[in-house]
Amino acid sequence: MNKTKWLVLVVVVVAVVLVAAGLAISGAFSPAESRLILATTTSTQNSGLLDFILPDFKSKYGVKVDVVAVGSGLALENAKRGDADVVLSHAPSLEASFMDQGYGIFKWKVMYNQFAIVGPSSDPAGVGSAWNVTVAFKKIADNSSTFLSRSDNSGTYTKEMQIWGLAGLNAGQFGSWYKEVGKGMEDTLMMTEELGGYTLTDEGTYFTLINTLSIVELFRNDAVLFNQYSVIPVNPAKNLNVNVKYAVLFAEWIVSPETQELIASYAANGHQLFFPNAEP
Amino acid sequence: MTLGLAVEAAGISKSYGGSAVLSGVSLKVEAGELFAIMGPSGSGKSTLLRILDLLEQPDQGEVAFGGSESVLRDGQRLRRRMTMLLQRSVMFRDTVFGNVAYGLRLRGMQEREIRDRALNAIGDVGLQGFERRKASTLSGGEAQRVAFARAIAIEPEVLFLDEFTANLDPPNIKMLESALAAYRQKTGCTVVMVSHNPFQAQRLAKRCLFLYQGEVLGSGPIDDVRRLDDDRTAAFFRGDLI
Amino acid sequence: MGELDVAQVVALSLYVSITATVLTSLVGLPLGAFLALKRFRGSWLMRTGVYTLFALPSVVVGLVVYTMLSHSGPLGFLDWLWTPIGMVLAESVLIFPLVTGLTMSAVSDVDESVSLTIRTLGASNRQLMMRVMHEARYGIFGAVMVGFGRAISEVGAVWMVGGNIKGSTQVITTAIMQQTQMGDFGTSFALAGILLIIAFVVFFLIREIQERG
Repeated sequence: MNKTKWLVLVVVVVAVVLVAAGLAISGAFSPAESRLILATTTSTQNSGLLDFILPDFKSKYGVKVDVVAVGSGLALENAKRGDADVVLSHAPSLEASFMDQGYGIFKWKVMYNQFAIVGPSSDPAGVGSAWNVTVAFKKIADNSSTFLSRSDNSGTYTKEMQIWGLAGLNAGQFGSWYKEVGKGMEDTLMMTEELGGYTLTDEGTYFTLINTLSIVELFRNDAVLFNQYSVIPVNPAKNLNVNVKYAVLFAEWIVSPETQELIASYAANGHQLFFPNAEP
Repeated sequence: MTLGLAVEAAGISKSYGGSAVLSGVSLKVEAGELFAIMGPSGSGKSTLLRILDLLEQPDQGEVAFGGSESVLRDGQRLRRRMTMLLQRSVMFRDTVFGNVAYGLRLRGMQEREIRDRALNAIGDVGLQGFERRKASTLSGGEAQRVAFARAIAIEPEVLFLDEFTANLDPPNIKMLESALAAYRQKTGCTVVMVSHNPFQAQRLAKRCLFLYQGEVLGSGPIDDVRRLDDDRTAAFFRGDLI
Repeated sequence: MGELDVAQVVALSLYVSITATVLTSLVGLPLGAFLALKRFRGSWLMRTGVYTLFALPSVVVGLVVYTMLSHSGPLGFLDWLWTPIGMVLAESVLIFPLVTGLTMSAVSDVDESVSLTIRTLGASNRQLMMRVMHEARYGIFGAVMVGFGRAISEVGAVWMVGGNIKGSTQVITTAIMQQTQMGDFGTSFALAGILLIIAFVVFFLIREIQERG
C-alpha cells in the first residue's frame, strides 16, 4: 500500500506543478495590463496584416496583442461582454449600434479595402458590363446564375445583403441558384471556384488566394463596395476589467502616420491589400 | 491455551430478488469447536457463511460472538478476528509472499513482524521456497495452500471454510486437513466448515447442521442428524444427494 | 502569411491534454471506483448519470464553459477566457465523465470473489477500494489513456474557450482547422501527421498494457 501512497503523492505534486505553470502562462501572476485582447474578423487575421504590423506595437509599448478572430458580429458581442479590450472590424451598421449602446469609447477610421464580385472569366450573367453594383447583382438574379452567400454575421455578408436591398430584391425568395454556405471567405471562394459561380468577396482575401484561383474579378470600384475598417476601444464603464490604457494606445498607434505607412506597405502576391485612411 | 470465539446465530433470513435463500436459520457453535454446515448445492450454505463472517447483513435475525468476554457486536475490529476461505481462492496479482502478507499489511504491522509471520505460515503449508513465485502460476492445490497460509498468518479466532477442499486431489486434501488440525491445536480457534461431502464432515466434525433449501432440517451431533427420519437427510448422508 | 510556430502549438496541445488528464484522473479514478463498489441511496442514479454524460457533445461543453468564463459570466473574475488554463478547464469537464465511467467499468469487472476475499481478510472500505483498483489497474490505465486521446483530439471546445490566439492559445487541432480554412494544406497535413503520431503512441501504449493484463 505504501507504493500506492507514493504514486498518489507524485501525481498530486505533478498536478499542482502543471496547474501552477498553466496559471503562470495564462497571466495569472502578471499585471492585468500586460495583455491586450484585440477582437477582429477572421478575414483580417487570415490576410496576415496583423502578423505584419503587431510586432511594431509590441516593441513600442512592450505589450503583446492577442488576436481573437471571429466574425464581425461575434467580435462586437465579445467586446460587449468585456471579453475584448479593443475591436477592429468592418461592419459599419453593427458598429453604429455598438457605439449607440455606449460600448465603445470612440470609433476611428483605420483603413479600407474593397469588395468585388468575382466569378468565372466567361461571365455568363454579364456582370462585367454593369454600370453599378446594384445592376450587377440584378443581372445575376435575372440570369439565375449560381451565387454563393456567406450567410454568417460577417461584414461581407452584411454588405451583400445591403446590395440586394438596394436592388429591391428579397434574398429569402431566391431559387436554388442562391447558395447559403455559412462559411468563411476563403472557403466560400474555393467553393465558388468549384461550382463555377459568383460571389462577393473582400479583395484582401481574394488577392491572398489569387494564385490558387481561376475565378477573376469582374466588378469593382463602386462606392457601395467600400469596406471601411474601424478601431474601437471598449468602454470600461460597462465592463470594469477592460485594459483601457493600452486599448486607447493601440487605437492611437494604429492611426499614427508610421503605422499607416506600414499598413500600406503590406502586400500579398504583389497586390496591396489595405488602403490606410485614418483621419488626422 | 486461548480459545477462538463462540458463534451464535438466531433467526437468520435472507432473500435475493424476491426468493428466500435462508429462512429462520439458528445455530450455536461452541468456542474452539469444528462445526459443519451441510446440505446439497443451492441450500444457502455459502450465504449463511457470509452472513456469519459479517460480510453480508441478514434481512432478519442476528449474529453474535462470545468468548471469555461478553457477547460482542458487529464492527470492523470484530471482523478482523475472523476470516473465510473459498472453494476457489482468489490470488492477488502478486507473489506468494505478497499474497500471504496481505492481511498483515492491512493491519499496519511492522515489516519485520510481517515477514516472520508470513514466512512461518508459508512453512506451515509446506511451501517453503515458493515465496517469490508469481501467484498466477500456481496450481489449484498450491493456490489453496497459499490462501490457507494467508488466513492463518493473521491468526483468526474463527475460520470459515466454504467447501475449501472440494476441488482438490487427496494428497492436497490430506495436507490441508492436517495443517488445519495443527492450527487448531496451536490456537484453539473455532472452525465453521461448509461441506457438501458428508464423509469429510463425519471425519472432521462432531456437530453439524443440515440445511435444505434455506431451512434447517436438523442440527446437533452428526450421528443424530444422520439418523434423522427424513428422506432428504438420509440421501445426503449416503452421498446420493448433491 | 504569418509563420506558424509548430513547436509552440504541439507543446500547448500536450500541456493542455496532459494537465486535463491528470486533474480528471485525480478525481475521476477514486470516484469511479467508489461508485462501482459502494451501493448507497442514489448511487444507481449517479452511475447512470456518468454513463449518460458519455454522450455529452463537446460543443455543448465548450459553449457552457465559454459562457461561464466570459467576463459577463459567473466565473469572469478568474480571467480564464482566452487562456491555456481555461482550455484545461474545458478539456477536464469534457473528459471527466469518460475517465470516471471507464474506471467504473474496469472496477465492476473485477470479480465479486476478489472483493469478498479482500473484505474477509479485514480490509476497511478505503483499503478495499485501493486493492480493487490495484487489481483493475490495466483497465483503469486504459481509461486514463482514452481520456488523454479524447482531450488531444478536441477542436470545438478548446477553440471556443481558448480563442485560437496565435502564439498563445493555438493547439494542433485548431491550427489544422485554421490553416485548412486559409487554404494552407501543407501545414495542415504536417500538423495532422504529428497528431496521428501522438494518437498512435497513445493507443499502442493502451494495447501493450492491456495485453499484459
